[in-house]
Amino acid sequence: MKRYIIRRFIFGIIVVGIVSLMIFLATRIGPDPAYMIASPGADEAELNSIRDRFGLNEPLPVQYFIFIKKALQADFGESIYYGLPVAEIVWQRLPATLMLVATAKLISLSFGISAGILAARRRGSMVNNLLRYFSFLGLSMPNFWIAMLFILIFSVKLQVLPTGGYGTFWHLLMPAFSLGWYFSAGYTRITESALLQVLNSEYIKLCRAKGLSEFSVVAKHALKNSLIPVVTLAGMNIVIMVSSAVAIEMVFAWPGLGLLMYHGAIYRDFNVVQAVILFISVSMVFINLAVDILYAYLDPRIRYD
Amino acid sequence: MGSEIWKWIKEIWRRVPKVAVIILLLLIVTAIFADFLALHDPEIGDPRQRLLPPVWEQEGKWTYPLGTDTMGRDVLSRMIYGSRVSLLVAFSAVIIAGCIGTFLGVIAGFFGGWVDQVIMRFTDAWLSIPTVMFGVLMAVILGPGVWNIVIILGGTFWSRYARVVRGETLSLKTRDFVHLAKIAGCGKPRIIWKHILPNVFNSVITLSSLQIGIVIVVEASLTFLGVGVPPPKPAWGLMLSEGRGGLLAGYWWLVVFPGVGIGLLVFSFNVIGDWLRRYLDPFYRNIE
Repeated sequence: MKRYIIRRFIFGIIVVGIVSLMIFLATRIGPDPAYMIASPGADEAELNSIRDRFGLNEPLPVQYFIFIKKALQADFGESIYYGLPVAEIVWQRLPATLMLVATAKLISLSFGISAGILAARRRGSMVNNLLRYFSFLGLSMPNFWIAMLFILIFSVKLQVLPTGGYGTFWHLLMPAFSLGWYFSAGYTRITESALLQVLNSEYIKLCRAKGLSEFSVVAKHALKNSLIPVVTLAGMNIVIMVSSAVAIEMVFAWPGLGLLMYHGAIYRDFNVVQAVILFISVSMVFINLAVDILYAYLDPRIRYD
Repeated sequence: MGSEIWKWIKEIWRRVPKVAVIILLLLIVTAIFADFLALHDPEIGDPRQRLLPPVWEQEGKWTYPLGTDTMGRDVLSRMIYGSRVSLLVAFSAVIIAGCIGTFLGVIAGFFGGWVDQVIMRFTDAWLSIPTVMFGVLMAVILGPGVWNIVIILGGTFWSRYARVVRGETLSLKTRDFVHLAKIAGCGKPRIIWKHILPNVFNSVITLSSLQIGIVIVVEASLTFLGVGVPPPKPAWGLMLSEGRGGLLAGYWWLVVFPGVGIGLLVFSFNVIGDWLRRYLDPFYRNIE
């Protein structure tokens, strides 16, 4: 077990290294970053001073080494656009993103699990098919389009919800629903298949043979075991949610990491972009690592792979 | 011969999800024959016909069935040409991603050892990167353009193929027909080409049909964010971002129709992909 954890941990570090190298190189392969930072028509002296200020004169490996060294101390440099340390801005924007993602998660999980139970209990029925198509609908519509439809219906036509911004519960509803719908489909599918598998197992037959009510069999005995894959998927999805919220945050002017990263990219504020993408990727690596270790702990067979 | 092909088509038609296949075929036909179907130029508008509503509303005109946008361009014609952009980008990106991923996956699975380690760590890294965000960054750096988007999406989405194909190759490698080929004196390239690749093909096709929907949505997102397909090209994502300005003024047709286009296309791919997954390869029932 210990060897397995160490091995996975080293893998995780290597992956973080590759990710950081990619993100670093991405901002260096294009045209000279100094041109993007400088005002249009800047002369050579101005460009040189920018290169000096941002350390762009050093050879690439040295630049990367400095980037990593500083990143390890949570120093991602200064934002050119905001004039503040990047780490501070990311820290400020984090609560809005977490709030949005948590609410979307709650919505998608509660819908997905209940739909999954319904689907598993009534295979091939009308309700089952309707739910399947509802899920497919969520998977098929771009989330920012759902967001705009919500604005059309609830803000323009019915005038009950604000069109954007941040602050109250009412501001949270439309962004969270448009983000959550897509993910509910995955939970529906995985709840359905896991529940079906559990319902066919021996111990459920025993429960039935004991004469337990159908409700007790499903809700008390089967559901608990079939929720493990759902929770895993929910954990692994968190990071994907954060990244796919970019367009939604833009539509609703929601001040989260997505909007921060988007403005950073448009205003060529690459320190901000690097920091946000690196933060999200590293979180992804470590959540996956945690899931792997948890699984190995729960299921000894995995350790000997 | 002809009747046999006909029989084969009929046999397949009996099993496919019909609604999705019909929608997809219609959209492909629309994309191919856009030049004949569109009533107006998709890029040049008529300034006297600005912001006309769809035909069934008051003030709607039959010459502009789905209305016009702020520059007086016909929404229907832009929708028709938009299907071409979406399909072109999606197919090219998925083909690029599929080729890169399959190649790396086969190499990693077949050769094992440190080759496998290196390729799989890169795959892990690519899987951890937030797709949309990295896409925005790359699009800003490479500049706007249809082919830049294709390269970005193809260069991002290969990781899933690599992982699935590697797994398949690992199990194929231990099968008897590969051992026999080795004994018969087949070289490694020949074993890969003749015995491994044909057998991973089904999984690659299944995965592609599931990936293509995501690729379409990501392309639309990047274009919507203003870093993808550049104006004045008729792309659905671009129409949505242009229509967003008229949202509060109530010009709903600028936002609703392009989204319906994306939704229908992705929906049909998702349904077909889901069917393929169950039909072609029972092993991949649990692919997400």
